Amino acid sequence: MDFNDTPEEAKFRKEASDWLKQNFEKFESEKLSSEKSAKSSAEPSKTAQDESKALELAKKWQTIKYDAGWACLHWPKDYGGRDATPIERVIWAQEESKFSIPGGFFEIGQGMAGPVMMMYATEEQKKEHLPPMAKGEKIWCQLFSEPGAGSDLAGIKTKAELDGDTWTINGQKVWTSGAHYSDWGILVTRSDFDAPKHKGLTYFFLDMKSPGIEIRPIKQINGGANFNEVYFTDVKIPDSQRLGDVGDGWRVALTTLMNERLAVGDASGVDFKEIFELAKENDFYGEPAVKNSAVREKLADWYCEYSGLKNTKMRRISALSKGDTPGPEASITKIVSANKLQDIANFGMDILDQAGINSEGNLKYHGSLLGAPLIRIAGGTDEILRNIIAEQVLGMPQDVRLDKNVPFNEIPTGEKSN
Amino acid sequence: MNFEFSDEQIAMKDEVRKLLDKENSLKRNRTILEGEEKFDKDLWNSLVSMGLTAVTIPEEFGGIGMGYLELCVIAEELGRAIAPVPYSSSVYLATTAILNCASDEIKKEFLPKLASGEIIGTFAHAESSGFPLEKSINCNFASGKISGTKAAVPDADIADFAIVSAKSSSGVGLYLVDLKDPNIEITSLDTFDPSRSHANIDIKDASAKELISDGWLEIEKILDQSAVLFSFEQIGGAEAAMNMAKDYAQGRYAFGRSIASFQAIKHKIADMYISLQLARSNCYFGAWALSNEASELPTAAATARVSATKAFYECSKENIQTHGGMGATWEFDCHLFYRRSRLLASNIGSQGVWKEKLISSIEKSNLQI
Repeated sequence: MDFNDTPEEAKFRKEASDWLKQNFEKFESEKLSSEKSAKSSAEPSKTAQDESKALELAKKWQTIKYDAGWACLHWPKDYGGRDATPIERVIWAQEESKFSIPGGFFEIGQGMAGPVMMMYATEEQKKEHLPPMAKGEKIWCQLFSEPGAGSDLAGIKTKAELDGDTWTINGQKVWTSGAHYSDWGILVTRSDFDAPKHKGLTYFFLDMKSPGIEIRPIKQINGGANFNEVYFTDVKIPDSQRLGDVGDGWRVALTTLMNERLAVGDASGVDFKEIFELAKENDFYGEPAVKNSAVREKLADWYCEYSGLKNTKMRRISALSKGDTPGPEASITKIVSANKLQDIANFGMDILDQAGINSEGNLKYHGSLLGAPLIRIAGGTDEILRNIIAEQVLGMPQDVRLDKNVPFNEIPTGEKSN
Repeated sequence: MNFEFSDEQIAMKDEVRKLLDKENSLKRNRTILEGEEKFDKDLWNSLVSMGLTAVTIPEEFGGIGMGYLELCVIAEELGRAIAPVPYSSSVYLATTAILNCASDEIKKEFLPKLASGEIIGTFAHAESSGFPLEKSINCNFASGKISGTKAAVPDADIADFAIVSAKSSSGVGLYLVDLKDPNIEITSLDTFDPSRSHANIDIKDASAKELISDGWLEIEKILDQSAVLFSFEQIGGAEAAMNMAKDYAQGRYAFGRSIASFQAIKHKIADMYISLQLARSNCYFGAWALSNEASELPTAAATARVSATKAFYECSKENIQTHGGMGATWEFDCHLFYRRSRLLASNIGSQGVWKEKLISSIEKSNLQI
């Protein structure tokens, strides 16, 4: 056991770190705005103006990376990457995380749409779409969930009808991150309502500026509006933009979701370090909170989770370094970190006591407490992730299903009133 | 980077597991639990002949001179098999104490016999209820003799000698006493987990060899080192209990279906898995700190210990719950894990103690978080 890089890894790390030091400093000094760099997508952008500034900066930095061959580095060179190994990708991410890099806009494209395009698009489409995606020139969104289909994604009802070489789409999507600034989208639809639920789906990519698309922001409980409702009225998509066979969209969607679950990492916000500092700085019944044994016990529990996640990540990196495919251990990350975030934020408010009601100065805790519920739901709810652990990691059987091998139009979906 | 055990260490782990499977360690646990014997001598002898008591002892003292990483993988397997043997007392604690603190003369006398399994040692620290602090040690050493009592000492009625903490004019130190000494009275106890023997010892002017006279920091270090090893035992036990629950659920049918298909059961077992994975990852960091004598050891050991104790408790109690009524019968093995989980949570100090150690060590260390 050791935490040292192999000689090749060390060489790569130095190369990455040198490039970052040199170029990020230059980027920072040239930055148009003197404001702090962009917020990550977990924090709400308060105004549309904030957001467009952040987007502009993120695109600028992404282009600098792309031109030097550091964007989507694990992708093939032909599509804008540098054929990097998985461990090189991790090393790059570790080095890049040492800087406050603007971001939060490209993850869906590069993390989810990109891999699906690589598997299912034609060579010509890949050459056309992947490099601008890597460069950050084109932003992608994912049009999956619907009002009646969230965790049970295969229950979607957005309708796709084929006439000649053109599909017509009608319906509604929801929870689409960044739809309002996206250029392209990946979309799963129902092309056959008589087929069983998982057999009647068809998957596309489409231009988000197509006529008939209407985007309405959803205001979240934390005041942000990172998500949208997207309405489709007679939107046309050429059949050439279909990914996978007609009726085989579920398989394509699963590929995307697998990538989503790999991409979803730690919930960002207050963690052990913040609550430990807060407990040192604030009194609790006449002594620093950190001296109180009830506080110390909670701190110990959170440190164990914090450290457990960190060391689980190290095990994953270690597997990558050996050239192994990491196991499904990573599936625990979001469940643990999102719940820890919520509990730490809540306890932070307890330590602050009545003064904590005031948002001024306490936004970190207010923001995390209001952000955590969404993180526990987005990208696979706690409950769905527990199913995945039980079924895919531990090999336990699926729940008994009432919706398999039944024509979709006979299955109840969404909310039913009595 | 490499945050995994080496292929050789994994091969050794497999060998230990095969041996414990072949010897039917679970059945042996029950035999000791129900019978009069204090430990399983045959199983102990098998472990000895495999060289497992010689692992950390250098070759010059009759050992095989491997390291603590090897001990970690052995501990995990002994925990999985809830083996009824005095391994933790003799190897994690007594052997480590001698290696860390004893003179060459004492090492030459005791280590070869520990390595060969000829003698068994233990570590006697706690004196009453509550975790022993430096100021609370009453056992007294003066002019080569010790007097005092030690409570619930693991394997004291099995072992040949004990390393005893005692105070003197120089502070609290560690001393070696011969447990066959007529001036030491040993009273075996009925315990929560009778598969592992414990006894009170009452020492009245027994001769003692000094390992270290001002040794409180050394005592803390030995506890930290052994905490990593106890943690590996705990995750081994936790994983076995989780697998028992999963296997039972898959084969148990109710309401016309396998109960493993109910989310109430799946989510319970997923939670066991989550707590086990967090503990396992923390144990690996503990193993790294232990084998590299890293300054992070106090924090790493406490983190491993707290999360492994939690994982074994959760897995062993929810294993009973998953089994339903049969899980709470004497006949089913669930209680063997439940008992062992509680025993290991008490040996070397309970959860509250290690949580306090954890936060104190973070306060002291200016750890990079």
